[in-house]
Amino acid sequence: MKIGIRLTAILFSVFIATAVCAADKPQVPQLDVGKGGQCVEDPKLMRKIHMNLLKHQRDETMHKGIRGQKYSLADCVECHASNKTNSVLGSNEAFCQGCHTYAAVKLDCFECHTSKRKVTAEASK
Amino acid sequence: MNEVNLDTKPNLDRRDFLTKSSIGLAGLAIAPGMMLFDLAHGRAQDEAVSNKVRWGMLIDNTKCESGCNDCVTACNTENGLSGGTKPTDSQWIRKVQLKDTLTGHVSSLPMMCQHCEHPPCVDVCPTQASFKRADGIVLVDKHICIGCRYCVMACPYQARSFVHEVLTDQKTEVPRGKGTVESCTLCVHRIDKGGTTACAEACSKAGHEAILFGDLNDPESAISKRIRSVASIQVRADLGLNTGVRYEGI
Repeated sequence: MKIGIRLTAILFSVFIATAVCAADKPQVPQLDVGKGGQCVEDPKLMRKIHMNLLKHQRDETMHKGIRGQKYSLADCVECHASNKTNSVLGSNEAFCQGCHTYAAVKLDCFECHTSKRKVTAEASK
Repeated sequence: MNEVNLDTKPNLDRRDFLTKSSIGLAGLAIAPGMMLFDLAHGRAQDEAVSNKVRWGMLIDNTKCESGCNDCVTACNTENGLSGGTKPTDSQWIRKVQLKDTLTGHVSSLPMMCQHCEHPPCVDVCPTQASFKRADGIVLVDKHICIGCRYCVMACPYQARSFVHEVLTDQKTEVPRGKGTVESCTLCVHRIDKGGTTACAEACSKAGHEAILFGDLNDPESAISKRIRSVASIQVRADLGLNTGVRYEGI
């Protein structure tokens, strides 16, 4: 009886260990982060609440004319547009599209906003 | 040895003092310039717009050249419009020909959103997407526009356009998209950075100087002085909308 309980306990712990191992290596999309660099907030936080930050600031900009603040979609694109395609869309490696496809969340921003990094006059020469 | 020390020390101090104070003075001298650079039309970038200013334009019809289309082209380039003139194309500004049937005198003028104080487009909008900013600029919040086009019907100046098809390659500062209504934004993205409108800039560049942009609430601004000294009219003044865009010489 005791052996039976022990065996169950061992099996159970092995099961949990494998589950934890699996959780350690989730299948995350491999993203092209573009220029990358230091984000405006901790990336873990950004993954969760970037949409809230953007939505809050868009109203401030649209209705109150407050510009040049920390959370701006243009700045997202500026840092994270692919260095190859100059866009955050276009493939499942692209920064915005890749993750949104993975999470199955519709991405409406770029129906109006440009998904391409602003090409400066100097860079285009 | 002691004597040498005593001699050099005050010299070093004086040198230090001069160096530090000159840096300080340089800082003071730069500071006002920096402030001017940071403030757009007297407003910090993180400060909300207020009704202390009211942006407007005065269009001098006598200076507006008949064949010239520079303001329209500049607007299209600035805002990423196609430049087409089909009924389904967006036109934020267009040249209108006026003909006096009695005298045969033909004149032309640019017509765009008049940025009314009491905008009919705002009155009819069911989602409050069409709104007037505190500084008098009438805009469409495309995040909440449902594309019903009531505002297109309500506008007496036919200034609004509806985007019928999917767009690509919009400008970073000017988001535009299918299913929403749009119109002249008085180049709000430029104004917020302290600039003027693209049409006014193009008109000056062409040497006509027919479009004068400025703050109607500031009695010292060029536009206020001008409308005080010269007779100017609002198009369809009978509607009592108090437009922000005024015309002289028509």
